Amino acid sequence: MNNPQLDRDGNLKHLLSIEGLPKKILNQILDTAESFVGVAEREVKKVPLLRGKTVCNLFFENSTRTRTTFEIAAKRLSADVISLNVSTSSQSKGETILDTVDNLIAMHADMFVVRHAQSGAAHLIAKHVPPHIHVVNAGDGRHSHPTQGLLDVFTIRKYKPDLHNLRIAIVGDVLHSRVARSEIHALTTLGVPEVRVIAPKTLLPTQVEKLGVHVFHDMEEGLKDVDVIMMLRLQNERMSGAMLPSSQEYFKTYGLTQEKLKLAKPDAIVMHPGPMNRGVEIDSNVADGKQSVILPQVTYGIAIRMAVMAILAGGLPAQQQSSVGSPASPGGAA
Amino acid sequence: MTKNHSNSPSPQLPNAEDLLKVLAHKLEPLLQKNTALVGIHSGGVWLMQRLLTSLESTISKHGIEHGTLDVSFYRDDYAKRGLKAENRPSQIPFDVENKHIILIDDVFYTGRTTRAAMNELFDYGRPASISLVALVNRGGRELPIAPQIVAADIPLDASQHMQLTKLVDGTLVLELTQHNSARTQEHE
Repeated sequence: MNNPQLDRDGNLKHLLSIEGLPKKILNQILDTAESFVGVAEREVKKVPLLRGKTVCNLFFENSTRTRTTFEIAAKRLSADVISLNVSTSSQSKGETILDTVDNLIAMHADMFVVRHAQSGAAHLIAKHVPPHIHVVNAGDGRHSHPTQGLLDVFTIRKYKPDLHNLRIAIVGDVLHSRVARSEIHALTTLGVPEVRVIAPKTLLPTQVEKLGVHVFHDMEEGLKDVDVIMMLRLQNERMSGAMLPSSQEYFKTYGLTQEKLKLAKPDAIVMHPGPMNRGVEIDSNVADGKQSVILPQVTYGIAIRMAVMAILAGGLPAQQQSSVGSPASPGGAA
Repeated sequence: MTKNHSNSPSPQLPNAEDLLKVLAHKLEPLLQKNTALVGIHSGGVWLMQRLLTSLESTISKHGIEHGTLDVSFYRDDYAKRGLKAENRPSQIPFDVENKHIILIDDVFYTGRTTRAAMNELFDYGRPASISLVALVNRGGRELPIAPQIVAADIPLDASQHMQLTKLVDGTLVLELTQHNSARTQEHE
C-alpha cells in the first residue's frame, strides 16, 4: 500500500496520522524536537530554517490553542504565517475546500496546517497538492491529531525516558478522542509494554482491546501502580444523546482526585491535552499539583510542531533530488 | 550512499592525536579570562572534550566555560537537502554576551559551517569576539572566513573528503575518502 505520508525514499512528506509512521520517523521527530526545546530558552527564540516559506493555518473548525501553538512554532522557524479561520470566510460563501487550497497555492503557500471537523480532510488536501507542498493534520474529526499524540509521547519520554519499562493509563472519553488512538499506536510502536484505558463502556470504542490495550472500567483497579496518567477531556461538544448520567456523576467515578492519584506510583506524572474541565475529569488540586505536567505539555507542543515542520519543509521533492547528488552527509565532518 | 567511494589508507595522513597536542599548545595562550570554548558537533565537540582535559589547569585558572553547537538549524543547504536526520541540542550554558568565544571544529573546508555557527551564536547574545580553531585546514574555502589556529594544513582535492572519527577506545583518527563525483559534500 502506498503510504501518502512518506515519499518514495521513506522520508516524511505529510503528517496525517501517527498510524502508518515507522518507528524510525517517530524517533526522528522526537529527537529533533529535543533539539528545538533549547531554542525557546535563548535570547532569540528563532532559527532561520523556514525563512521565506509561507505556512497557511487552515482552520475549518475553531481551536485557539492548537492554532496558536502552530503559529508560534512556524514563526520560531522564521516562516511567514497566515491563519485562516475558514469557517467564517469563503466556506460560508460556498467555496469548496480544494478551491480554497488552490487559491492559497496560487499565492505560493508552502505548507498547510489543517484542522477540520470531518475525518479525512487533511488526507484529501494532501492527495490534491503538488509534490513541493506539505500538509500537517492538526486534527480531523474523531480520526487523528498526530502532533498532540507526538507531544504527549515526547512529554512522557522527557519525564520517564525508559519507555520499555512503563505502565501508562489513558483515562476518560476514548470514544470521542482523536488523540487516544494515535497515542496508543505511538506508545506501543515505541515499545511501551503496558497501556491501559480506563473508561465507562459507553465511552470506549467497540473492540478497543484490538489496539493492544488493557481495558478497565474501574479507576481504583486501573490506576494501580501506573507511571503515567493521561486524562482525556470529556468532549461535551461531541457528545450527542445521554451517554453519561451527569458531569458530577462522571467526576465521582472517573474524575482524577488526590485520593485516586495515590493509587498510582508515587512519582507518576499527570497529563491532560487541554482544555481542562476542572471538576469534571480532573480535580483542581491535581491539575495544579506537583505531579502535573500539563503546562510542560504545552511548551513541548511547540518543539514538536517545529520539528515536524522543519522535517517536512526541507529538501527537494524526491523526483528532483537525483540532480543534487548524494543526500548522505557524514556526521563527523563539519 | 555515495557512489564509488572507498576508504583509501593514505600513508601521508598525519596522526590526529599528535595534531591534537600541537593544537593544545597553540591554543593555550589564547585562553584568558572571559574566553569560552564552543565545540561544533561532532568532531569539534570531541576535540573540545580532549582539550578540556589536556589544558585543565589553564582552563580552571581562568574559569573558562564551554558549550556545544549543532548547526543543523542554520545550515545553508537546508532547502536542498533538508534537515539532517541526526541532530543534537546545542548547549550554551553560559552568557554569550561580551565573551571571547573560541569555536572548535575538526576539518575546516568551505567556511559554511563556521558561518552557520556564528549565526547561531549571535542568537544567544552578542559576543565580544569569535575566533576559530581547527585541527586541519584542508583548503577550499568559499567564504571570507578562515581559522586563526590550525594544527596542520593539508590541501585536498574537491573529490576528497576528510573527516575525524572517534574509535571505541576514544582515540581520534583522521580519515580520507574519495568521491568519484566531484563536490558531493557541499557544506563542510
